[in-house]
Amino acid sequence: MQASIELDRRADVQYLLRIGDTCLILAQRLGEWCGHAPALEEDIAMTNMALDLVGQARALLTRAGQIEGRAHDEDQLAFLRDERDYFNATLVELPRGDFAFSVLRNAMVATLLKLLWERLATSSDEEVAAIAGKAVKEARYHQQHSADWVVRLGDGTAESNARMNAALKELWRFVPELFASDAVDEEARASGLGPAWSELRETWFAEMGSVLEEATLAVPAESAFLSTGKRGVHSEHMGYILAEMQHLQRAYPGGVW
Amino acid sequence: MSALPRLTPADEARVARAWAVLDTVLDPEVPALSVCDLGIVREVLPQGDGLEIVLTPTYSGCPATEVIERSVLDAIDAAGLGPAHVVLRRAPAWTTDWISAEGRRKLTEYGIAPPGPTGPVGAAVPIRFMRRPAVADKVACPRCGSDHTERLSAFGSTACKSLYRCIACREPFEHFKPI
Repeated sequence: MQASIELDRRADVQYLLRIGDTCLILAQRLGEWCGHAPALEEDIAMTNMALDLVGQARALLTRAGQIEGRAHDEDQLAFLRDERDYFNATLVELPRGDFAFSVLRNAMVATLLKLLWERLATSSDEEVAAIAGKAVKEARYHQQHSADWVVRLGDGTAESNARMNAALKELWRFVPELFASDAVDEEARASGLGPAWSELRETWFAEMGSVLEEATLAVPAESAFLSTGKRGVHSEHMGYILAEMQHLQRAYPGGVW
Repeated sequence: MSALPRLTPADEARVARAWAVLDTVLDPEVPALSVCDLGIVREVLPQGDGLEIVLTPTYSGCPATEVIERSVLDAIDAAGLGPAHVVLRRAPAWTTDWISAEGRRKLTEYGIAPPGPTGPVGAAVPIRFMRRPAVADKVACPRCGSDHTERLSAFGSTACKSLYRCIACREPFEHFKPI
């Protein structure tokens, strides 16, 4: 079996992997809808968004590997890290749930990524800025599409509204993690690599607030629970999703298409 | 931009031939368009006996990017224009505004409604719910020309397209999304 790579957990590498892994793991979850979405159009939408996210993750993982300086490429970083070396927000690793859960999570993450990419477009790292210049346009489209569905289901039938409320209650517990500050964020802000995620908090709440209002959903009270995926400490769901993602590379080291 | 090095007449002729060859390399997803029509070939530079070809990818996750890179190299090789290599340049990001007038005409002929102009670069886009398209955003049917059309699906057969239906002639068609 292929052994894990040893990652240099330096702050700038972690900062980029937080964003890259958030894209990567959400893409994996969205891919699970292939052949299962409630309508063909949404099946295509979920997988198209997954494709954009994989592309963004590939670019960021590649750049993180270059900065790390241990000759790790995008594939090694995607498939050969141990669980504690993934730094995605916990929210994206949760099982896909029903369609309401998935579209609400998409809207929350797309809003966050859009705000991140907008700021990363002026990163002190030219390559990161170039990746962001492209990705921001894709994230805007994802946000628009997902927000439309949140409104349609929230302001829909009694059943769709109940499901959207249940999804909101479950997902909102994972919001505080998104904007919690730490040394990794602080260093990125200071070096100009990218914003501290906490700087995006106000705009994120304003944009999500207007979506939820339009959807006739009440913004839940802020949770005291603080999940820790961005620090590498994940929920019980992470091991399963990694097992699925990594199985082939681990069983057949260096296998290619 | 730095000053371009002066090209010898031989280099100039080789670069011109390379552009002509590249104009025959088709996008694998939208085979009506060449990579030049699409605006993804940014520069062709002579490098010793060979050529450097600068491409800008369309979408972050576009699966055609690697195929295009290979097709470009194969075409240059087949034309005997010397060893070539491709450089992927991400910035400035590709936009549908780079699709040529000729490319737009070919898209319409192929049955795909071409993209309208995109907004100013970096401009904030407000979230609008269940939006009714503004008049400027209307997409004309590539078959009958009517702008009495409606969107069926935000995403289409590829990431760059969405699916529409013409209410006048009843035909479904694809629209190349402005991005």
